[in-house]
Amino acid sequence: MAGHSAQLDAKTLWGGKESPFQTSYGKLMMWFFLVSDALTFSGLLIAYGFTRHDAQDAWPIGEETFNSMPFLGHGYPLLYVALMTFILIVSSVTMVLAVEAGHRMDRKGVTKWMIATVIGGFFFLGSQAWEWSHFIHGSEFGKIELSDGSVAIVKGHFGEINNFTVLEAGKKHKVGAVIKEDLMHQFQHAAELGHLEAGKIHLADGSVAKINKAHDHDMKLIIKKSGKLYKVGGKEIKGKKAEQLYYESLYAGEKNRVIYGANMKQNEYGPQQYAQFFFFITGFHGFHVFSGVVINILILLGVLSGTYHKRGHYEMVEKTGLYWHFVDLVWVFVFTFFYLL
Amino acid sequence: MERDDLIEYSLHGHHDEAKGKEIRSKIYKVTILLTLITIIEVFIGASIKQSSDWWTTVKIIFILLTLLKAGYIVMVFMHLGDERKYLRNVILVPYFIFVLYLIFIALWEGSAVGSVWETMWQ
Repeated sequence: MAGHSAQLDAKTLWGGKESPFQTSYGKLMMWFFLVSDALTFSGLLIAYGFTRHDAQDAWPIGEETFNSMPFLGHGYPLLYVALMTFILIVSSVTMVLAVEAGHRMDRKGVTKWMIATVIGGFFFLGSQAWEWSHFIHGSEFGKIELSDGSVAIVKGHFGEINNFTVLEAGKKHKVGAVIKEDLMHQFQHAAELGHLEAGKIHLADGSVAKINKAHDHDMKLIIKKSGKLYKVGGKEIKGKKAEQLYYESLYAGEKNRVIYGANMKQNEYGPQQYAQFFFFITGFHGFHVFSGVVINILILLGVLSGTYHKRGHYEMVEKTGLYWHFVDLVWVFVFTFFYLL
Repeated sequence: MERDDLIEYSLHGHHDEAKGKEIRSKIYKVTILLTLITIIEVFIGASIKQSSDWWTTVKIIFILLTLLKAGYIVMVFMHLGDERKYLRNVILVPYFIFVLYLIFIALWEGSAVGSVWETMWQ
């Protein structure tokens, strides 16, 4: 807050004794730490910008990748991350209210708002865990390599798989048996290995089964790597044509024509670096949030035990507050550069 | 031995209930503003496609809105706006010098590398 001696002239301020910054050592050091941390995050986001600039059209678009909501399914572009942003902003607000209460030596107020901030932090961490899990598991369609060598991401509604009816017996399943469990997982696993052929699936135990699956709707292919026929930045392929191309590749019986989800080596959204940046930047930020929550809990314990009240000021709350706001600040930039642009 | 020539700046932050009320109302105003900006951003992001002719404008709007948000967080929530001018400058000036330079050099270089790769593939 404002120093008491705003009337001092520059000569007095820089003449010794009084600090020209009119701030305690601890707060100043927290600011310097935040500047260096801000440079780290800038470095990461700028590296992201560099990679994106050289990948051009092949780079995934935020609203294509992040369009799901928990319990509601697909078709909600960016809403979830907006919600996460909102959660973090709200917990930043409760933090600043805790700091304000501290300036009035209102111990009850500080306790109340610190608890709210910790809860907000946990909400954000939980949201991020869901987001990561969703990103890693990927969509039902995956990313597909088409017959001309181009690579496309797929949008639309995946028709549900009802069951597999066994046609040829294997080690485990007998002819005529109907498999109803773990269908999607087996389907995707077989697709990655090239164990699918027109309407049939080769299961892990060696049996062959007929796939009973509902029709897909509104399928759309967006090219992310150019091939002989289809180019990046060209027209979207829709409807019947899209379905024909997609299943032609899926049923080609070749390994690795389709990729589901993301790991450090490959991902269904775009170039390899995309997932790496996602994991690193949101992970590094999430790590900051996690440490922030831990620090907030420690400070809350200090507030509860009356340490700061005895000290005569709640500056520790203000200092952790600075860190916590910084975490919010970083997220504002991650939100814009990773999700919006 | 206690030194009496040190100034305990930590104690300067105290204020009374009247000032507190004023600060709180400012905090709530900023909260509403930040929420509104986020809603506007998501609305624009969801309704305008990247292939649209407006996309460059949208990009600039996004960056400006983000800087506005960041400004409010730093100046109000982190109350850098209430600190002394010297402290503000010591924090902001070096940071902006480094980052603007880094942005310029990285994006410029990124485009150059991208165009080299494109010609290599053809």
